[in-house]
Amino acid sequence: MGAGDPKDPRRRRLLTGGLGLGAALVAGRAGAGTGEGTPDPKITELQPWTAGPGVGVEANPYGQPVRFEAGVVRRNVPWFSADTISAVNFTPLQALDGTLTPNGLCFERNHAGVAEIPPEDYRLMIHGLVERPLVFTLGDLMRFPRESHSYFLECAANTGMEWRGPQMNGVQFTHGMIHNVNYTGVRLRHVLQAAGVKPAARWLLAEGADAAAMSRSIPLEKALDDCMIAFRMNGEALRAEQGYPVRLVVPGWEGNVWIKWLRRLKLGDAPWAQREETSKYTDLLADGTAREMSFVMEAKSVITSPAPENPITHGRGPLVISGLAWSGRGRIASVDVTLDGGVNWRAARLDGAAGPKALQRFYLDIDWDGRPLMLQSRAVDQTGYVQPTKEALRKLRGLNSAYHMNGTQTWAVDRDGGVTNVELG
Amino acid sequence: MSSWARLALLVLLAAPPAAAGPVGRAALRAEIAAWNIDIRPDGAGLPPGQGSVTDGEALYAEACAACHGDFGEGLGRYPALSGGQGTLKADRPTKTVGSFWPHLSTLFDYTRRAMPAYQGQSLTDDQVYALTAYILNLNDLVPADFTLTRQNFTTIRLPNADGFRPDDRATAEDPLFRAPPCRQDCRTAPRITARASPDVTPDDAN
Repeated sequence: MGAGDPKDPRRRRLLTGGLGLGAALVAGRAGAGTGEGTPDPKITELQPWTAGPGVGVEANPYGQPVRFEAGVVRRNVPWFSADTISAVNFTPLQALDGTLTPNGLCFERNHAGVAEIPPEDYRLMIHGLVERPLVFTLGDLMRFPRESHSYFLECAANTGMEWRGPQMNGVQFTHGMIHNVNYTGVRLRHVLQAAGVKPAARWLLAEGADAAAMSRSIPLEKALDDCMIAFRMNGEALRAEQGYPVRLVVPGWEGNVWIKWLRRLKLGDAPWAQREETSKYTDLLADGTAREMSFVMEAKSVITSPAPENPITHGRGPLVISGLAWSGRGRIASVDVTLDGGVNWRAARLDGAAGPKALQRFYLDIDWDGRPLMLQSRAVDQTGYVQPTKEALRKLRGLNSAYHMNGTQTWAVDRDGGVTNVELG
Repeated sequence: MSSWARLALLVLLAAPPAAAGPVGRAALRAEIAAWNIDIRPDGAGLPPGQGSVTDGEALYAEACAACHGDFGEGLGRYPALSGGQGTLKADRPTKTVGSFWPHLSTLFDYTRRAMPAYQGQSLTDDQVYALTAYILNLNDLVPADFTLTRQNFTTIRLPNADGFRPDDRATAEDPLFRAPPCRQDCRTAPRITARASPDVTPDDAN
């Protein structure tokens, strides 16, 4: 049992400690400025961290989060998949703030487990409709002009288990198939130019080196636009589970096309109809036909606190509503938040200046009067697209399209501050 | 592709690589052959070879049935490969090779690239032809004495070949979602109609 194991008794202590912290904050406020009341022993008694040294600088050559945060981990849902090798886990959005996802918490979606490729054994091949079929080593790729950009990667299936109604009681599970990372790498178009793309080429096949040999067809226009071949995330090498040493970055598009352990790029004049673009990642509509090549992830948002994992424990008064918004079509223009299930909306505050196709943090600061809330957020992107309700999407698509569920999320807050995933009528 | 997009593309392709001097090396024919495993719906990429339903049945029983079931029905949460025809408009569709997949090439390509699970590229081309033939037979699409070959491969048409359409969200949906949204007195007071079931969320989540 490790510190990250949710059954670890230390996690229980963490939860207890959190409640204790809330009580201490309330006690501190009650006595503030009066000169009366029971002194707080955390102040009046010398604490061990003040009385003696902590560990030295040699103790943690590669640091881990403090043990009190051991509950902030990726989690999986055992009943989702037949095994844990072709499976998914979820980013703990409820415990994060700002926009960048820590590397160790980025959700994983693997189809044959995590390939481990020694960097000296890595090869990338470009062939097909090119003038010069080429092989690159990792060192070769690092000689192309480098750029860094932050983008969200959202699984096409994120929120997909909510198509038929509220199911997962936690924002980690309803919205956690997403991460937002600063990637460093090279523009895909520079690498394609080195091989010389022939005029007849229209499509690119990207393929991974893992035992699933994950493969997708990508239109050449997108490949030449903003796609990257990335070898760094948040400043360091890619994590193995994110494609070390090299992955494809396809800004704004469904996560499945962001091929990890990228080993081959083939230029052709037609798509390849791979399993992941026919059997999977096609969206079945109510009339029995299915959309294919539905690449773009549309504007979406969710409130990450309060959320089922983040009940209101401090009582009435100032309350920070925190959330994330994103769009595969560009920047987020605005986010509205409702407290009453959509009767009235007010503008949230966009925090920082997120780039296009990246997570945008928003906040709304309210004075909670203790009454039940029905919280929703609604994103608008720079194209004017307004995040729809789940009902609006169901009317258009039915219940079985599986992917691309970007409907507004509702959290019901009860008088005690408890939060539940609900839908409204 | 629009003429504008075509022009922009040509300009991009005409630009010299930003890095001076050669980076990378020529890919050798044998190297391309080793990795060039993809197959298109028009049959491009199909290797020489053949396999019969009979050979496929024996191999399937040995290598596939433990997960996909004796008749392709799928065991546990492992995928069904057969059945489900006519269910795509049903409340709970069954999406299989026979009911949903548009192209036979995908079955060959994916079996060779990734099956049996986590033993990718372990089957010979003849074995993949045989398994493909057997899965066609499980879906009642070829008779028991059928042999699939590179030559007859593209004559096989799957039932749902016309069941797909390009992404049309931009025209079918986006205009509906571009109106400036209501912000005051937008609806009658809502009531809660459904709640997440605590049974399906891992119990240590909260």
